[in-house]
Amino acid sequence: MNGDLVIDVKGLTKKFGDKTVVDRFDISVPKGAIYGFLGPNGSGKTTTIRMVCGLLKPDGGSGAVLGLDVLKQSDKIKERVGYMTQRFSLYGDLSIRENLEFVGRLYSLDHLKDRVDASLKSLGLADRARQLAGTLSGGWKQRLALAACMIHEPELLLLDEPTAGVDPKARRDFWDAIRDYSAQGVTTLVSTHYMDEAVQCDRIAFIAYGKKLIDAPTADIPRKVGLFARRIETSALDEATRRLKAAGGFDVLARFGAAIHVAGRDPEAIIAAARSLEDLPDIKIESIDAGLEEAFIYLMTGAQDNFANGLEARVGQ
Amino acid sequence: MISLARIRAVFLKELVQMRRDRPTFAIMIMVPIMQLTLFGFAIDTDPRNMPTAVELRDDGPLTRSFLASLVQSEYFRIVKRVHSLDEGESLLQAGEVSYLIVIPEHFERDFVRGERPQILFAADASDPVAASGPIAAANEIARRAFAPELERLPRRLRGGLPPYEAVIHRQYNPAGETSMNIVPGLLGVILTMTMIMITAIALTREVERGTIEALLSTPVRASEIMIGKTTPYILVGVIQATIVLVAGRLIFHIPFAGEAWPFLLAMVLFIFTNLMLGYLISTVAKTQMQAMQMTFFIFLPSILLSGFMFPFAAMPGWAKAIGEALPITHFLRIVREVMLKGAGFAEIRGDIWPIAVILTMLALASLARFRRTLD
Ligand SMILES: Nc1ncnc2c1ncn2[C@@H]1O[C@H](COP(=O)(O)OP(=O)(O)OP(=O)(O)O)[C@@H](O)[C@H]1O
Ligand SMILES: [Mg+2]
Repeated sequence: MNGDLVIDVKGLTKKFGDKTVVDRFDISVPKGAIYGFLGPNGSGKTTTIRMVCGLLKPDGGSGAVLGLDVLKQSDKIKERVGYMTQRFSLYGDLSIRENLEFVGRLYSLDHLKDRVDASLKSLGLADRARQLAGTLSGGWKQRLALAACMIHEPELLLLDEPTAGVDPKARRDFWDAIRDYSAQGVTTLVSTHYMDEAVQCDRIAFIAYGKKLIDAPTADIPRKVGLFARRIETSALDEATRRLKAAGGFDVLARFGAAIHVAGRDPEAIIAAARSLEDLPDIKIESIDAGLEEAFIYLMTGAQDNFANGLEARVGQ
Repeated sequence: MISLARIRAVFLKELVQMRRDRPTFAIMIMVPIMQLTLFGFAIDTDPRNMPTAVELRDDGPLTRSFLASLVQSEYFRIVKRVHSLDEGESLLQAGEVSYLIVIPEHFERDFVRGERPQILFAADASDPVAASGPIAAANEIARRAFAPELERLPRRLRGGLPPYEAVIHRQYNPAGETSMNIVPGLLGVILTMTMIMITAIALTREVERGTIEALLSTPVRASEIMIGKTTPYILVGVIQATIVLVAGRLIFHIPFAGEAWPFLLAMVLFIFTNLMLGYLISTVAKTQMQAMQMTFFIFLPSILLSGFMFPFAAMPGWAKAIGEALPITHFLRIVREVMLKGAGFAEIRGDIWPIAVILTMLALASLARFRRTLD
């Protein structure tokens, strides 16, 4: 085991047929860290998580999870990992309590009843324990699934879009809980599509179409991507958008409420494009630091445009 | 490193799911009742008051009390007295009577002398279920009818063999031996059909609902899932079997002549084997639909080649070979031996071990097929 890396895998690869869905991923996550997985739909997030917990057999690569061989010791790994699936995979025809009890028994937990009671209480579902899981609303299902994958107090949490469909208050509670666990030394690998969640991660890997485009501490990502950005405010936003598109030379153009952000790796082109807007009414052009969101939109657009010819080049690692 | 706690977890989960799945549970209980009822409409289920001809070549108090007992039993209704065997046979052939009973010459004299005279029961066994009840009853009737006379006989003639012999001829049904096999056979068929069906969807359902992913991410082993997912349904099988056996007794007057414990052992083994066969299907099938199709694929030879529909002895070699590989073939033999012929463990041992071998092979095949990954 390398230092106290909880996940330490190299060259992880998965193919379905002749399609490489995960292409030579290196992942290192230190103990207690929150590692975020971002990327467009179908980019290989779920597939990677499944390989880490032994649910899919990698076609290449090697390494250790919790100090155990990821290829050969998945039985032992499973005992210490909590995996929350993207799709609800508890039993709709069992009650909330029965689901938690079932999972608890599979991990041979003692004091099962106390643990289930505690879990129900912290979920806020104690008085609905007998309700069938299938009749819960979408967000509550997510919260139940999360409780179920944590009931055996795993050292590593693998969460695949855990907050999809969960309301903002519950999402905040959820992230508070994750940070508490993190402080206690629990490691988390979490996939998400939400920027406000991404910024909570210690480190982020952005993947697209099976390639890992960037893997860096969250705070370093905008700088690493190296975008130059301008914020444009005007009362003629549509005309501004039309002119910017005509001028070209930028990589990201996104509406933020009443403003437009343009960003790209070529400062000259962006300055030139902005200059073409100067005669618009109430025009206000500001220099801003490109944020995580611009960085990801940039990476995502780039990934789609240049899928065939080497994406890493654009990032310039 | 099998964990009993994890087997118990899966077992309890399946029990709860089975209890919640009312429609399936209802089907499991209704199938035997429906099948039996269908048979009830198809065949004469009330074998009482069967028209009977008698030929009395000897006539005395003993004979008369015997005839009185026959009538009293309500199985037989004496409609005609004939004076020759030919006359009786032609009545039987014409279907005017269902039974012909012949009391031989010097019956009373031979009876008293202890020479064991023969009473002939000729039955029109072309309607097997109709024939089975009275035939089974005939011996008992004779025994009871002669009981008071036996009391008066010299001591040396009591005890041991009865002082007469009931000879039973089933006619118009050369496979007369199988006549009573229909209801016991039905037991095998019902258990085969429902038990395979119930576990054939055991895993495919988890795959289709997506629950397999969470299940496989826990430390549970293939063998634990297999045992936990099959054993709860043994109970369902036993309930079904009880329904068939009780109905067989009450409606069809099928006797249960043999020992109960070896039979119960064989039955639970047979139920478990079918559940395992279904489980193997669920490790192969991709969808519940496919699982159902495969179940029917197994079901056909189970009906055709097991000796349920056609006498096993008359089948060609290849069909026999397939039959021997089917658990139901062995179970049908066990049922017949025990229920009809009164066999004990020693007689059915030869058919118990093949079922055990099939069970083991199915379990090993299921474990080999089962993937603990989602690939
Ligand atoms: N069992 C499978 N067989 C064939 N292809 C698969 C299989 N599982 C996943 N894929 C393919 O692998 C690719 C990556 O899928 P994956 O589910 O890992 O993406 P994801 O990043 O989790 O996407 P999302 O954000 O939509 O959840 C997709 O193109 C998908 O179609
Ligand atoms: Mg996914």
